[in-house]
Amino acid sequence: MPKVSIPPLMQKLTHGTSVVLVEGETVREVIDNLEKKYPGTKDRLCENNRIRPNIAVAVNSEIITVGLRKQVEPDNEVHFLPAISGG
Amino acid sequence: MSNNSDNGKYKVIGTRPVRHDGAEKVMGKAIYGGDVRLSGMLFGQVLRSPHAHARIKSIDTSKAEELEGVRAVVTSADLPKTNEDDMIDLGEGMTRLKYIRDNILASDKVLYRGHAVAGVGAINQQTADEALSLIEVEYEVLPAVVNVLDAMKDNAPLLHDTLTTDEMGEQTDKTSNIAAHLQHKLGDPEKGFNEADIVIEHEFHTATVHQGYIEPHNGTAMWNPDGQLTIWTSTQGAFVVQKQTAAVLDHPISKVKVVPQEIGGGFGGKIPIYLEPVAALLSRKTGHPVKLLMTRAGVFEGTGPTPGSYVRLKLGADKSGKLVAGDCYLAFEAGGYPGSPMFCGCMCIFACYDVPNAIVNGYDVVVNKPKSAPYRAPGSTQVAFAIETMLDEIAEKIGMDSFDIRLLNAAKEGTRRVDDLVYPRIGCVETMEAGKASDHYNTPLEGPYRGRGIATGYWFNIGFKSCVTASVNEDGTVNLMEGSTDIGGSRTSIAMQFAEVLALPVEDVNPRVGDTGEIGYNDVTGGSRTTYATGYAAYNAAQDVKAQMIEIAAKHWELTADDVEFVDEFFKNKKDSSKQLTFKELAKIGSADDSPVIGKGSVNLGFHIGGSFATNIVDVEVDPETGKVTILRFTAIQDAGKAIHPSYVEGQMQGGSVQGIGWALNEEYFYNTDGKMENSTFLDYRIPTALDLPMIETIIVEVPNPTHPYGVRGVGEANIAPPPAAITNAIYNAIGVRFRELPMRPDRIIAALAAKRESEPMEAVAGS
Repeated sequence: MPKVSIPPLMQKLTHGTSVVLVEGETVREVIDNLEKKYPGTKDRLCENNRIRPNIAVAVNSEIITVGLRKQVEPDNEVHFLPAISGG
Repeated sequence: MSNNSDNGKYKVIGTRPVRHDGAEKVMGKAIYGGDVRLSGMLFGQVLRSPHAHARIKSIDTSKAEELEGVRAVVTSADLPKTNEDDMIDLGEGMTRLKYIRDNILASDKVLYRGHAVAGVGAINQQTADEALSLIEVEYEVLPAVVNVLDAMKDNAPLLHDTLTTDEMGEQTDKTSNIAAHLQHKLGDPEKGFNEADIVIEHEFHTATVHQGYIEPHNGTAMWNPDGQLTIWTSTQGAFVVQKQTAAVLDHPISKVKVVPQEIGGGFGGKIPIYLEPVAALLSRKTGHPVKLLMTRAGVFEGTGPTPGSYVRLKLGADKSGKLVAGDCYLAFEAGGYPGSPMFCGCMCIFACYDVPNAIVNGYDVVVNKPKSAPYRAPGSTQVAFAIETMLDEIAEKIGMDSFDIRLLNAAKEGTRRVDDLVYPRIGCVETMEAGKASDHYNTPLEGPYRGRGIATGYWFNIGFKSCVTASVNEDGTVNLMEGSTDIGGSRTSIAMQFAEVLALPVEDVNPRVGDTGEIGYNDVTGGSRTTYATGYAAYNAAQDVKAQMIEIAAKHWELTADDVEFVDEFFKNKKDSSKQLTFKELAKIGSADDSPVIGKGSVNLGFHIGGSFATNIVDVEVDPETGKVTILRFTAIQDAGKAIHPSYVEGQMQGGSVQGIGWALNEEYFYNTDGKMENSTFLDYRIPTALDLPMIETIIVEVPNPTHPYGVRGVGEANIAPPPAAITNAIYNAIGVRFRELPMRPDRIIAALAAKRESEPMEAVAGS
């Protein structure tokens, strides 16, 4: 199962757990299943059925640009970070 | 110049052709934003707030409107009405629409001196300037706060009545100047510190500095009666100007066309919009095109500098010099509205090293200064100043070479960062090794008040969206249209990647930057992405052209495409080895018999954390009587992945280094107690000139980026991160004083030397 890293400031929702194993073949399914385990997480990450614009998702340490439809392999790590840009 | 780059297997890549836009630029023929002239054009100017923080009670424009030659005056009342809670995504995260509009023309409050309040359009510049003095604005002046730590205090004046702190999507209940808090944590920092043999902790301050581009902001707009709005401007991203202007004016994006002009420097500061909507409103009111050109004071006082910062860093190491724990607290000044690069600082603080136990807390804080804008590796220079100087301190405590402690701790493929991401193949170690082996590092430095310092820095490699089209002409040349505005020679570096695929001389490829009506969407020229992502799109476009040319050759020889191959600069008939055609020959054949060849390439690349690392070696001499620091020798080393055009890579390295030197020694916004900037000219805001500097030596390191067909890594930004720290270390080596506040200007050097003479401390310190 993909390993999901929970940002420290969201760990209140996961009762202090920093890493959880969640089923899912896409980022969408991972977040949906995360929400089932830890209600409230999806609202913090998604809005109008999309990743919130101020959130970046990394799959296996590459910050993705295709949103919820990104494929996730069982041995992948998924991270949620603030979105950033450069100069 | 040491060039480790060679073109090896490549024909075009790695060579140094003359840039396509070179002749126009050296002859003064290139058209910049300020050069735009249109029939019936009016000239405009912007009235700016004299106060750092004030409530606007009323604005009376009647006298200005009555002045002969004035054609229109606009204020925030001419912008669409905004609800306090309306949010908008302009490609850089969700922002309150009110903040965007208010930064263009203030409505209820001015939040910094220089904040735009009104715009005037007139028959000439003098009349527009005169009209500003006739606009009567009644202010209720409020207490200002221009320092990040003061702004975080409970009793600080609040800039926004409803701003609370965002913590990864959760809002606190308390109104505050702290717009956001972020935390990253890796391992067990407390345990790491308990097990450390050496623990040090220091506080650091950096000043607000400006990107310092020579060309001021500009914008010319023509609003036609049919609603079509055309904007000519110098920008790092025509499509971002289009998107933001459409949002600010609540105008359909399809009705906004942006024509990017040549750009005289940006460094991140020409991503936001300032003048374009004002010019558009004035054009709509007058029916004429209107041009606005900022004054230098307007640029300093009204456009985004990079944040001043406060950083508190604690490091723990074992006796061997291995870092075992880190704890960083950082607070960045966002300016009048939220959005400093605090998030980047949090990701960069430990990015060069393997620190197994670490925690970072970052705060984005609004203050009464211009809204901050990106500046070359935003946030990375501030944090490199802290960690790179403290690493030197640990090295000294254990008697270790400055490079050796960095190499012992350097991040490499597989290193897990504090944000929990894991590095792919990176070139951090290689830049340090190149520095240690360099002629500079191995040449002794002698003489009193002279010292040497080193430092390393990091920046990401943003990908995102780019597209390119390529039209093949009948003579075998190619018109290459791209949408990334060219700040540092990217037209040629993109054309070279296209030419490489087809083995064309790059002179046969004519690159041109299109406007928003001519080319598909492109993200900004920023984030070290253009040569990487737009170059990747050009590579794809060339592959598309190659496939179409193979089809033409197949038809010509009456074969299928499978029977034609492109090898060694020739399209070859696999059935008859005596038959082959050059690109030029085939283009001529195709132009007569086949439909035109138009190739396209389009990418949406992930954000590559591998990025680029830069290392500096610097020698300084300190004048103990005047406090002046002279840079004697400076070597910049950077991983380019693959240098497409080595001269442009060197130019980026030298440019970033020079800006870092200015940040270290001279540059800062001076504010008086009322929050007024007192040095808003290049006479008083001191950036380094050629007379201040030696030739910046460069060493290009090439550790290929596995996610790019040629291994390109963006090189535009990492080079500005290490200079202040390297110079700080060099000054310590020269005079025995550790500086923890930037800039290290002459009066601070003199004061530090005097304090050192009086107190004779074991280790003199300047700053916090």
